[in-house]
Amino acid sequence: MIDAEALVAELPRLRRYGRALLGDVARADDLVQDTIERALRKAAHWQGGNLRAWLLTLMHNVFVNQVRRNDALRGASEADAVELAMRDASSDGLGLRDLDRAMQALSADHREILLLVGLENLRYEEIAGVLDVPIGTVMSRLSRARTQLKAQLEGSPARPALTRVK
Amino acid sequence: MTMKQPDNTLLHAFADGQLEAAEHTNVAQWLATHPETAAEVAGWQAQSAAMHGAYDPTLDEPVPARLLTAARGGAPASNGSRWGMAAAIGWLAIGLVGGFIAGRNTDTAPTTAAQIPLARQAAVAHAVYAPEVRHPVEVGADQRDHLLGWLSKRLGHPIVAPALEPLGYQLVGGRLLSGESGPGALLMYEDASGERLTLFVSADTDENATAFRFAEHDKVNVFYWVDAGYGYALSGTLPRERLLTVATSVYRALNP
Repeated sequence: MIDAEALVAELPRLRRYGRALLGDVARADDLVQDTIERALRKAAHWQGGNLRAWLLTLMHNVFVNQVRRNDALRGASEADAVELAMRDASSDGLGLRDLDRAMQALSADHREILLLVGLENLRYEEIAGVLDVPIGTVMSRLSRARTQLKAQLEGSPARPALTRVK
Repeated sequence: MTMKQPDNTLLHAFADGQLEAAEHTNVAQWLATHPETAAEVAGWQAQSAAMHGAYDPTLDEPVPARLLTAARGGAPASNGSRWGMAAAIGWLAIGLVGGFIAGRNTDTAPTTAAQIPLARQAAVAHAVYAPEVRHPVEVGADQRDHLLGWLSKRLGHPIVAPALEPLGYQLVGGRLLSGESGPGALLMYEDASGERLTLFVSADTDENATAFRFAEHDKVNVFYWVDAGYGYALSGTLPRERLLTVATSVYRALNP
């Protein structure tokens, strides 16, 4: 059985992960909510151990099943999501907005691996479990994702916010 | 001791602090004499640090009430229960308005309001009444007590008009809506620019509680929830994030 307060304690981190993954707070919270609901439905299957890694596993599955499919249908509104994300970070330095923009420009696979390693500090073996891929895939994907992020950061001109048309 | 060049996997594991102490020391010593590779590894670590800088502020934000409710097992709105609601709510989506929906929502995506009766009902009522210039409501806010007393009596439940003045919205008034198997109430709000929001309340659900949900229908955004057997839906054409702010206030006003 999962302690409700243990779940509550994970909510800020799940929101952070969802926010970084989707680039949009409201959609992130929908993803977190669906993840929590799935966790409660599947509580009997939880073997104990690392609750956070288990929740991230469920979140990954919900994300793959639902959000990617919606994104494919959504099309044009993606631009809005990125715009919102940038306004959220408006109090941060330009570098942080650039980081978010670069992250959102990556493929979802690359974004996930970077977040699980860099933000969630999961061990590679745990990440293989979360994503349900072999550890070799974790390592090759991580390497490519870091190269891609570097290219995005170097390639993206530091556009001033004023040029952004809403 | 000299170490041969660490492979890529070892370098990433070093950057991420995932090596045993002895191995970590070995790689560190090798990197000390190979500045180009060391710079690359430092770049990876800087990426992770930048992610914390960009995204950690989320950790300090208040967690939305709907997530707290969900985590504490507050009757999740599964697809099954949504369809349960579908059976319970009939609504004026029949007939004229049914045609409105059928005609304008033929390529329904999974998350649009068309599949969620409460949200759809609210969105359609908003689309029908919000643009109305002369008769947006049946009873105006100048007769607020009468309005709320009347709607409360018809729905058999105290209808409260949340004070949204702090957010810039004034109550315009309200109206009674008819459905297949019960009454609904629609309260309308307006800001100084004429932007209108509607709060739809229905007595017509057998759900006990659901968390906050979002849907959209034909450019009308809807946040909806079910509480103590009553469905609530806040609709408007303003952006989702701003609507969420208002919906949060409404929810708090109704659940003090």
